[in-house]
Amino acid sequence: MAQAAEAVKTTYQGQMHLLQKEIMGKYFERLTRAAEQGDGKAVYMLISGNPVELVLAFDMIPVYPEINALQLAVKKVALPFIQKAEEMGYSMDNCAYVKADVGMFHSGRKTPFATIPLPSLILCNYVGCNVYLQWFEHLAEYSDGELYNLDIPFLHGESDEPSAADITYVVRQLEEVIEACERISGKKFDYAKLQQIVSRSAETGEMWAKIKALTKNTPSPFDAYFDSVTMMAPLYCLRGTEEGLRFFETALKEMEEKVELGMGPLPEERFRFVIEGPPPWPYLRQFRDLFSKWGAVAVASTYSTVGGLWEFGFKHDSNHPLESIAAHMLKWNLTNRSFLQRYEQIHRYVKEWHADALVIHSVKSCRLFSAGQGDMREHFTKDLGIPTLLVESDIEDPRYFSEAQMKNRIDAFFESLEHQKMLRESAQGDAR
Amino acid sequence: MGIENLIAGYREILEESPLEPAAKWKTTHPGSKVVGCYPVYTPVELIHAAGMLPIGIVGGGNRIEIAHADSRFQSFVCSIVKSTLELGLTDKLNFVDGMVFHSICDPARNLGSVFKRNFPQMMVEYIHFPQNMKSRSTADYLAAEYNRLKKSYETLGGKTVTDEDLGRSILLYNEQRKLLRELYRIRKETPQNLSTAESYVLMRIGTLIPAEEHIAILKEALVELRQRDERPKDRIKVVLEGSFCEQPPLELIEGLEAAGCYILDDDFLIGWRWLVEDIPTEGDPVRNLARAYIDQSVYSGVKHDSRQSKSKHLIDRVRETGASAVIFLAAKFCEPALFDYALYRRTLEKEAIPHLALEFEEKMWIFDKSRSEVETFVESMLFD
Repeated sequence: MAQAAEAVKTTYQGQMHLLQKEIMGKYFERLTRAAEQGDGKAVYMLISGNPVELVLAFDMIPVYPEINALQLAVKKVALPFIQKAEEMGYSMDNCAYVKADVGMFHSGRKTPFATIPLPSLILCNYVGCNVYLQWFEHLAEYSDGELYNLDIPFLHGESDEPSAADITYVVRQLEEVIEACERISGKKFDYAKLQQIVSRSAETGEMWAKIKALTKNTPSPFDAYFDSVTMMAPLYCLRGTEEGLRFFETALKEMEEKVELGMGPLPEERFRFVIEGPPPWPYLRQFRDLFSKWGAVAVASTYSTVGGLWEFGFKHDSNHPLESIAAHMLKWNLTNRSFLQRYEQIHRYVKEWHADALVIHSVKSCRLFSAGQGDMREHFTKDLGIPTLLVESDIEDPRYFSEAQMKNRIDAFFESLEHQKMLRESAQGDAR
Repeated sequence: MGIENLIAGYREILEESPLEPAAKWKTTHPGSKVVGCYPVYTPVELIHAAGMLPIGIVGGGNRIEIAHADSRFQSFVCSIVKSTLELGLTDKLNFVDGMVFHSICDPARNLGSVFKRNFPQMMVEYIHFPQNMKSRSTADYLAAEYNRLKKSYETLGGKTVTDEDLGRSILLYNEQRKLLRELYRIRKETPQNLSTAESYVLMRIGTLIPAEEHIAILKEALVELRQRDERPKDRIKVVLEGSFCEQPPLELIEGLEAAGCYILDDDFLIGWRWLVEDIPTEGDPVRNLARAYIDQSVYSGVKHDSRQSKSKHLIDRVRETGASAVIFLAAKFCEPALFDYALYRRTLEKEAIPHLALEFEEKMWIFDKSRSEVETFVESMLFD
């Protein structure tokens, strides 16, 4: 049987990566200027289905506590903040994103990547996750920011279409958000400006969808989990801006070239898998290496659709900007869809992206993602016959990552896939 | 029958076979339907008006062994999610024709989907309760959501619901809630005359039988309770907060009382008494139901109303009942309750109101630790 290659260290280092560093660096500098020099007003928002276009239309600065929390984890400085929050009364069992953010908020809002400004508006764009509501409720209590709970009805029905009442409710609320933004920013709402921003978002989304379709190629030009996260930050923080657009033009071009050249992120692509669940940010590299050494590449991931499902046909519409922002929030993002709709999404990935297996990364911090993933595994292995592995850790809290245990489970899984592959190949050989 | 016997009888049902009354009702009413309501809130009137019996499916208690549901929901998911699924996987919900889940928390929402996949014969509904109480459009939205639900129940019940039907159901449940408020008033004013465990049994049985029968039971019980005249014991008066969804075992509630507390108010089974005033019977009944959620429902860990902070509600409740302390009793892994605690603690400390935080699981069997923690807390207050 083929052996796993030893210690393959993979990391994506292309033009896209450098550009991402540059433009995200500028974004974080802007946060620091807002925090330290009062340059601009900050709006706190959440990633899932975020309506960043509205905020940009008032020249306000989108700030994402989730992105800050994950940056703290990636930079391995989250734990003291988590512990600070626990001293304040937060439980071991509460989402560690929230705890890291709250701990940081109460520590002068200084991080290794930026100083985080206080919010002028706390725009809780409730899309699926109930913890969002609590998180922003708490931030509102700790700051003087105004809270607006932008309530997005959960897409729970048999059909994946929101009702007319759902759409009206969201559009009316967006209009109320506009009123709040006018008051807070002191600027008059400029419809034409919003249309322009939405039109850039439409172009950005289209390129992102094209990029994601490229992983249907063999080999896949990039890893749709570990490399997709590089593209996600510009997609949320800079969507609707010129530089955001430029980033996606660069990324698309680079990935198309890789497809032409038959290049992938690994020397050899031996397995293609779909992965469900958010990444373990504190140990992202270690986690990636556990797959790379088996020649395993993620060809699709559900996590990369938390901000939007452009790849399944969504496009912002500058002729109906508010309605299209509402549609994005209601229908076209992973977290506002039901668990069963997520099963369908994964199944589609397995079929259309030609994957060999499903890997479920279950994280304690995010019950929206995780609660019930055992049922998901049951469905994929028993009903659909797709090899499925479930591993557990966390998105933020380094105390829940056990590398040795994770390695054992992943090795055993791919060993078995390797064995099955070998049997298949030898059966084909015999037949010939 | 004396009230002690009455309560003991219902307690036995609740501990041994809580779903039996509803299953029995169904066999004695051929062709009828039963709809299970997962905590916290349900507009039961919509189910009742469609000629069906709404019952509370509030987990499996501590007499159920989780053998199957553990493989579906992870170790960090609360007990009620698993025990409710276990009831289904072990055929104990076969008599239930529909279930309704809500937007109260992330695991509850996913549980709705897992139910749908595992029990295709069941009609699984989901209500998205609005989280924005300030919008000018909230009432329109919730009325539309309730109308959608009404249609769904009409299909399941095989009956068109008229405004008159719904009006009658609203009146009926108004009466049930009024009697439950009376029960809580007695506890608040004369806790020596009604223990929390007793009132819990009287309330919980009502989630498993038709409201008409429950109203009769409550009336009978209230007559006897008003005649009780016990001498107050040397106990501290507390408000209990945090058990709005998963329910603590009765033995634990009794343990808290025996350790030296009068629990003047709590948030047990809050979904069956979530409206603090009667729902108006004039005008569009669906709209009235919707407005009631927005303007007349109790605050809770899973209702997000930025018009007023939850901490303020809690402090007001302590002041209004005359309690001197708060016991925060949260289900293990209950994220909403555990988040609330961080804010409550901050405010309680600011207001210098003593409090004790405890965690429980519905499947708990051993209560010594909680009891001794409460005893220590009570002593620290009594001899301060």
